[in-house]
Amino acid sequence: MSKSNTILYLDGVSVSFDGFRAINNLSLVLDKGEMRAIIGPNGAGKTTMMDIVTGKTRPDEGEVFFDGQVDLTRHDEAEIAMMGIGRKFQKPTVFESHSVEDNLMLALKGPRSIFPALFHRRSAAEARQIDDILGVIRLGDKRHDLAANLSHGQKQWLEIGMLLAQDPKLLLVDEPVAGMTDAETEETARLLKDIARDHSVIVVEHDMHFVRELGVKVTCLHEGSVLSEGTLDFVSADERVVEVYLGR
Amino acid sequence: MILLRTLGLMLVFLMASLLPSNAAEADLRAVIAKFATGSGFSATEAVVRELAATGDPLVERPLAALAEGNLYIRKDDSAVFVGNEAGDSVTLLDPLSGESAGDAAKADITKIKVNNTLRRVIRDALGTLTLRAKDPAVRIAAADTMFKTPDAANIEPLDAAIAAETDAKVKALFEQARAASVLVSDKPEADKLAAIALIGARGDRDALSLLTSVEANAQGAVKDAASAAIASINSSLALWDAGQNIWYGISLGSVLLLAAIGLAITFGVMGVINMAHGEMVMLGAYTTFVVQQVIRTSFPGLFDWSLVIALPLAFLVAASIGLIIERGVIRFLYGRPLETLLATWGVSLVLQQAVRSIFGPTNQEVGNPSWMSGSFDVGQLAITWNRLWILVFALTVFGVLLYVMKRTPWGLQMRAVTANRRMAASMGIRTPWVDALTFALGSGIAGIAGVALSQIDNVSPNLGRGYIIDSFMVVVFGGVGNLWGTLVGAFSLGIVNKVLEPYAGAVLGKIVVLVLIILFIQKRPRGLFALKGRAVEA
Amino acid sequence: MITGRFFAAGADRRIAITILILLAAAIIVPLLNLAVSPTSAFYIPPYIVALTGKYLCYALLALALDLVWGYCGILSLGHGAFFALGGYAMGMYLMRQIGSRGVYGNPILPDFMVFLNYKELPWFWYGFDHFWFAAVMVLAVPGLLAFVFGWFAFRSRVTGVYLSIITQAMTYALLLAFFRNDMGFGGNNGLTDFKDILGFNVQADATRSALFAASAVMLALAVFITWAIVGSKYGKLLMAVRDAESRTRFLGWRAENVKLFAFTVSAVMAGIAGALYVPQVGIINPGEFEPSNSIEVVIWAAVGGRGTIVGPIVGALLVNAGKSWFTGVLPEFWLFALGGLFVAVTLFLPKGIIGMWDSWRGNAKAMRAAAIAEEAGTDSDAPPPAKIVRSAATTPGAWSASGPEPQPAE
Repeated sequence: MSKSNTILYLDGVSVSFDGFRAINNLSLVLDKGEMRAIIGPNGAGKTTMMDIVTGKTRPDEGEVFFDGQVDLTRHDEAEIAMMGIGRKFQKPTVFESHSVEDNLMLALKGPRSIFPALFHRRSAAEARQIDDILGVIRLGDKRHDLAANLSHGQKQWLEIGMLLAQDPKLLLVDEPVAGMTDAETEETARLLKDIARDHSVIVVEHDMHFVRELGVKVTCLHEGSVLSEGTLDFVSADERVVEVYLGR
Repeated sequence: MILLRTLGLMLVFLMASLLPSNAAEADLRAVIAKFATGSGFSATEAVVRELAATGDPLVERPLAALAEGNLYIRKDDSAVFVGNEAGDSVTLLDPLSGESAGDAAKADITKIKVNNTLRRVIRDALGTLTLRAKDPAVRIAAADTMFKTPDAANIEPLDAAIAAETDAKVKALFEQARAASVLVSDKPEADKLAAIALIGARGDRDALSLLTSVEANAQGAVKDAASAAIASINSSLALWDAGQNIWYGISLGSVLLLAAIGLAITFGVMGVINMAHGEMVMLGAYTTFVVQQVIRTSFPGLFDWSLVIALPLAFLVAASIGLIIERGVIRFLYGRPLETLLATWGVSLVLQQAVRSIFGPTNQEVGNPSWMSGSFDVGQLAITWNRLWILVFALTVFGVLLYVMKRTPWGLQMRAVTANRRMAASMGIRTPWVDALTFALGSGIAGIAGVALSQIDNVSPNLGRGYIIDSFMVVVFGGVGNLWGTLVGAFSLGIVNKVLEPYAGAVLGKIVVLVLIILFIQKRPRGLFALKGRAVEA
Repeated sequence: MITGRFFAAGADRRIAITILILLAAAIIVPLLNLAVSPTSAFYIPPYIVALTGKYLCYALLALALDLVWGYCGILSLGHGAFFALGGYAMGMYLMRQIGSRGVYGNPILPDFMVFLNYKELPWFWYGFDHFWFAAVMVLAVPGLLAFVFGWFAFRSRVTGVYLSIITQAMTYALLLAFFRNDMGFGGNNGLTDFKDILGFNVQADATRSALFAASAVMLALAVFITWAIVGSKYGKLLMAVRDAESRTRFLGWRAENVKLFAFTVSAVMAGIAGALYVPQVGIINPGEFEPSNSIEVVIWAAVGGRGTIVGPIVGALLVNAGKSWFTGVLPEFWLFALGGLFVAVTLFLPKGIIGMWDSWRGNAKAMRAAAIAEEAGTDSDAPPPAKIVRSAATTPGAWSASGPEPQPAE
């Protein structure tokens, strides 16, 4: 396999916690501009894989490359985020004591050191960007509300909005539609497909309708390695996948 | 009066003659009687030497009395007695049997005078005599005295004693004492070299000082041999010193373990920061004090049992206070560790002031029962009983706690609640009760730690303050939530502290340890034996 | 929304008023002490000036702690160390000013050094005969310690109670160190018997008034700076780190640097407080490093309301006034009162006085708005009451009126 045209390249990655192998010889390749859905039962290692890519967890062995050449195992969270990998958590994490607008402002792409932040004044361009994102995530009328007061679905959207503000090359989205209504789910699928037009995206999701809606290649993880890969129809026809999901 | 006394004396003599007394005793009495006939120090000295030469342990009493100036001659019959001054009369005792021989006015008796030369002669004589004493402890003491004050004159009696000695340990000591004496005698060089080898093998500080004086005074091969022996003793003593420091470290470690082990439960297992932990220790110490006060005033015979009685009481006192704190304050603050820290700090201030108001701000005296006093030697190590008992106690408490946590249903529930509170609750475990009892257990253990610490520390309202930071350091260093980590943490901190002390001094050593821990926590924020994985970081 | 803005204006106005009051006190109190006849009803006796001056230093210390605890969730139990270091730097200057007027009359060596048989001045005492040098050290020493300590601690992600415990260990280690005679800082007795500051007698009423004014002005300045910091984008970041540290990392922010800056600024503020404190009380000794002192500072901030700028000042003044009263009237009960205060505040007043005031006002407003809405027979104009209470907390000065408790991130 060549790394040259990939946005994310994992090869033979393993990590264990106190003897428990959370990720076991995992290999996964994501092409530039691709959107991929990852499914798998609880404990399959989906979140740990994201932890490894974003620098939160160091793998015991294996290669993790971003954009074909950057070895991600040598960098920490902040550096990886600055390179252009954005992450949405399983449980929506937004800054609850800040307004929606301030949440986006903190996420907005730009210098990340202390003194510019200390003397920062919001420019017209930034204000416009925030307005745009607020439009996309449909929180324009809530811009001055505290994030704590948003509904669960709105927090999910705000977090996606923060990802957009970061303008990363690769987005890792962990369970974006958990706790959403059907209408919201559809809306989110449309939004993600929109985003995928000029970004690479990995979506972890349990909701099969949503995955079908996305209509992209699916990877099924089980016990820390890839069980099956292909279209959703192919994967869901795979006997092993059925076995893992339904039991014998 | 005088008639009566004479009658009494005659009676005594009669009885004495009736008692089974052997020929040797009669001989001794004859020699003792010479004290009355001769005059001047030299005459007395001759008698002393004659008595000593008999080698009979019986002569110890008159010689010891003579050395203390308590040997008297009665003027009217020149009889010799041991006398005890009582006001202006003197109680007379028979010099050999020690039986009472009535009283005499001071004017009727003469004290046998002694000077320093004579005292030394007597002391040496007694040293020789005690070589034959029945009690091995007395013989050992005699050998020790002779070793420290070598004299060529000792060689002969020692040779005799060595020949007669059956106890191998005492015999070895006699041989060392003899070797010491050989070194100051004019024996040939070969003997001296052998003696140096023997003394060098003894290897303690007394041997060192003896050899140092030999090295200073001798020449040639003896001097060289002495220097070599000194060097070897020094290096072995350095090892013993290191051993002693490690023992001190282990001892400090056991104290730290005792102080921290309750915290390992409340902080390590429950995640509750209890800043009043030190005050629980303090309450345990005060319970001991109160128990001892009651025993002193009402049941003085039970004093040796005071700690045993105080243990369960201290546990109950501290555990109930802990229960009250948990039910009254901490349970409202679960999941808010920083607030818990502040609230329990407030509790600690209240407890301190309460104890200060009741017992006063000064140190209270807590006594050591007899089995915790004194010390014994292992090689060159001096080990005090109280430190040893505290070590044993700390390890016992640790073992019991480990058993409770790992092998009892309660321990299982405790671990279940800490692992996943909601899950445990849904499986029918009464989590509030488990919380309360776990906290009470941690507090109670702090209380019994207080009983032990009352033996080696000042019992004052500030007792707990001194332990709180150390205890937290131990738990954090060892790894939170891991009892074994606490054990290893306590002993390694204790040993590092004590090993550093000779180089850096007590205070600086402690500072160095604190700085090292601070640096260590930077490196391994979750301690030595930390859990890994997603759950921990979540 | 409008209500929210109104409250924002309210909090800002509160801060502005605090600054004005402090500046006014800096002028009026010295005037009433120096220019008014002692028989007048308006006369402020010198001891009150000294006492309140001391309280202002405590208030500055509490504000410094609040910057890291209230706004960044770092519960430092070692801020007393920065305070004491600032105090020692000033104390060393004051010692050098004694010159040959000491008991031993040595022009170079302070009395305690003569007493301890020092032959010459230790190198770290050089320069302290100049006020400017001491002033720089007042800022630099606590700042540097905080920077180094924080650099290690934050980089290795020591958070929450672990951080609290090692800050406590830090001040404890310093306590032990400063108790040592060989450290060259006067050991047990510390530094005292000061004579002059900048050529003025420290005991004189005019000097005391000037020190009071300096404390008030410095506190006002600190309030302004803190206000500016927490109002900036950096301030928002600071609170973001407090609430969700790992989120900020995944956004590319270096949470450790964010914390380090606040910690260092806070330590410098604490150092200034200590430096102003020492000439007013006339002594600095290792007791100031006692961990219990640092924890007491926490309760000042908690009583007034952490995460607010005015709160810690109010708290420091109230608790210390209470302490002075208690130790005068019922000395036995002071520790009971303080201990009870710790428990009561954490259990019943987690937002502190200012926070409670804001909630209460927010509730009252909300109820009034609801009542008006009901009267008018419409319910669309007025947002639901609960929302209003929440949005009361959008103000940077009063966030803790609602929203999550500051918790260690991760």
